[in-house]
Amino acid sequence: MDLLRFSTAGSVDDGKSTLIGRLLYDTKTIFEDQLEHVEETSRRRGDERTNLALLTDGLRAEREQGITIDVAYRYFATPRRKFIIADTPGHIQYTRNMVTGASTANLAIVLVDARKGLLEQSRRHSFIASLLRIPHLVVCINKMDLVDFSEERFEELRAEFAAFAMKLEIPDISFIPVSALLGDNVVEHSENMPWYEGTPLLYHLENVHIASDRNLIDVRFPVQWVVRPQSDEHHDYRGYAGMVAGGVLKPGDEIVALPSGLTSKIASIDTLDGPVDEAFPPMSVTLRLDDDLDISRGDMICRVHNKPTTGQDLEAMICWMTDRPLTARGMFALKHTTNSVRAMVTDVQYRLDINTLHRDDGVHELGLNDMGRVTLRSTGPLFYDAYGRNRQTGSFILIDESTNRTVAGGMLLGISG
Amino acid sequence: MSTYELSHLRALEAEAIHIMREVAAERERPVLLFSGGKDSIVMLRLAEKAFRPARFPFPIMHVSTGHDFPETMEFRDKTVERLSERLIVASVQESIDKGRVVEDSGPRANRNRLQTTTLLDAIAEHRFDAAFGGARRDEERARAKERVFSHRDEFGQWDPKNQRPELWSLYNGRIKPGEHLRIFPLSNWTELDVWQYIDAENIELPSLYFAHEREVFRRDGMLYAVSEHKPLQEGEEPFMCKVRFRTIGDMAVTGAVESSAATVEDIIAEVAAARVTERGATRADDRFSDAAMEDRKKEGYF
Repeated sequence: MDLLRFSTAGSVDDGKSTLIGRLLYDTKTIFEDQLEHVEETSRRRGDERTNLALLTDGLRAEREQGITIDVAYRYFATPRRKFIIADTPGHIQYTRNMVTGASTANLAIVLVDARKGLLEQSRRHSFIASLLRIPHLVVCINKMDLVDFSEERFEELRAEFAAFAMKLEIPDISFIPVSALLGDNVVEHSENMPWYEGTPLLYHLENVHIASDRNLIDVRFPVQWVVRPQSDEHHDYRGYAGMVAGGVLKPGDEIVALPSGLTSKIASIDTLDGPVDEAFPPMSVTLRLDDDLDISRGDMICRVHNKPTTGQDLEAMICWMTDRPLTARGMFALKHTTNSVRAMVTDVQYRLDINTLHRDDGVHELGLNDMGRVTLRSTGPLFYDAYGRNRQTGSFILIDESTNRTVAGGMLLGISG
Repeated sequence: MSTYELSHLRALEAEAIHIMREVAAERERPVLLFSGGKDSIVMLRLAEKAFRPARFPFPIMHVSTGHDFPETMEFRDKTVERLSERLIVASVQESIDKGRVVEDSGPRANRNRLQTTTLLDAIAEHRFDAAFGGARRDEERARAKERVFSHRDEFGQWDPKNQRPELWSLYNGRIKPGEHLRIFPLSNWTELDVWQYIDAENIELPSLYFAHEREVFRRDGMLYAVSEHKPLQEGEEPFMCKVRFRTIGDMAVTGAVESSAATVEDIIAEVAAARVTERGATRADDRFSDAAMEDRKKEGYF
């Protein structure tokens, strides 16, 4: 049994909450006390139907206003997989929440209302999924019950989306006709749509192949913590602990540590349960080396003939997440893997219209929820890969040094200055 | 040939280890909050995974209400000794004696809420800047929106509408003097995951978690252990029953469930078939209102 993280985005009326409610309910994840509570609250508010959105809206302000503000994480499992849903609001003023939810997702579900067709909101969700390099997209053509379960309508929308998807960098896109309200093609194959030969949504989520989504080629081990017991028993023990960000490490492998450039061999890969034969993403392990090198947090261990880009002049696509606008010459703390440096945004090149992917070349300022292309110069070198090649070594956050707030999420492009 | 696949438990474990090491690296004075419950026991195992063969780079702290199950205290002391780690006990009784808090009275009085003051006082006294807690997002609605690195202001308060975005596995560990972080390495675990992990790792638990004969009474539809900390009201009749506890906290607020589950395997089967959340079944403190947990969390509760 493995783990699949997926994101959903949506707002009132598009059926997202109903779809999630249906998945949770049909996999027996919603408990009786939760359901009773939601039923009672729905009655009190005068809702006509039990409002399953109340299950996911956790904060008082959200329940009072009947909207989803923040990312909510929901969990369910089937015998095949455990699922983590990052459930995010869909409106453009919550782009930062969608980006946050998308950052850890293997798969995104985009909803299209079968009556209304491909609206701006579905395009936006797809663009965000693409920008964040989510490898799998499932387009649920929802409310099929309201178009008489028409195959023709489904095919029409599929063709429209496929034409639009030419702009996306998502390798795997699937289409499923569903009625979240009635449950058609959510868990069980729909009897109302015998013409649909694909699988229901849950089956798809259980079986989509995600093992190849990780980068198993380029060895990247950002050193997180140095284990030095300082005890008599383990007097000479020196281990480099961290989470594997790319590639497969094995004892005996020749490695190089950046920035020093010093080389050694992996003596052993340690865990509490003893040494292991190999380590791959996203395992947390401790490496011991044949030689005593000066390695500390923020250093990167990789293979001698496969090093990441080293640089201080960075090109990135960022999402701006705070009220105060970003302009050129802004100075921030930058966190990339386990490395922390300071960085200046030297140029805001353009803003990206996330409804159209159009570049606003005339805009050199990013406001809350804007995405745009920037140039940065960091005080120390980063050891990075293009985000499209490795989401772990290609991502960073910016932190405002006066408020300590996280103000941006960034994706590095494969160009060094 | 290896397919380089990681089971869901090992993926959750790797994430939790990563979180613990980030805190150790970025904060100067972390502390691990230990309640004696299964989640904090799992956290101790994860800390071993993250830092052995070295010692933990932080002490363990138990906020004791004084109404703890004797089984919990015995288990705590045995565990700390086995691990050879430092234990700090912060006592709600002391807070009461010093006049820092005033104890409620009446049949539904409990010391749960008082823990907040004791906890915040201890954090200030020891100048802790990060406190690991075993809370999970699946426990309660307000918790579903909690960050892994959850910022607390100088008053220990949580501001749910003003949380830091948390992207990828990049955590923001920066705070100002006097503030602290609550860290939740088990954020993405469910109750079932915790039990499966306990099974996979063969982790020892207090006997309270397993079915045993106990003298209980019924109040507000829940079963409570008969003890000096929860005097019987008129019309309440104690009776013997085979029960176990799904959560372990203060004796006065932790209810028991009828169960015959005697092993971890039995419990996994029971949890997988359960139709009521663990807090709904067993925690009186969360039943007061729609937003009981949100309100307590804002004040600085775990």
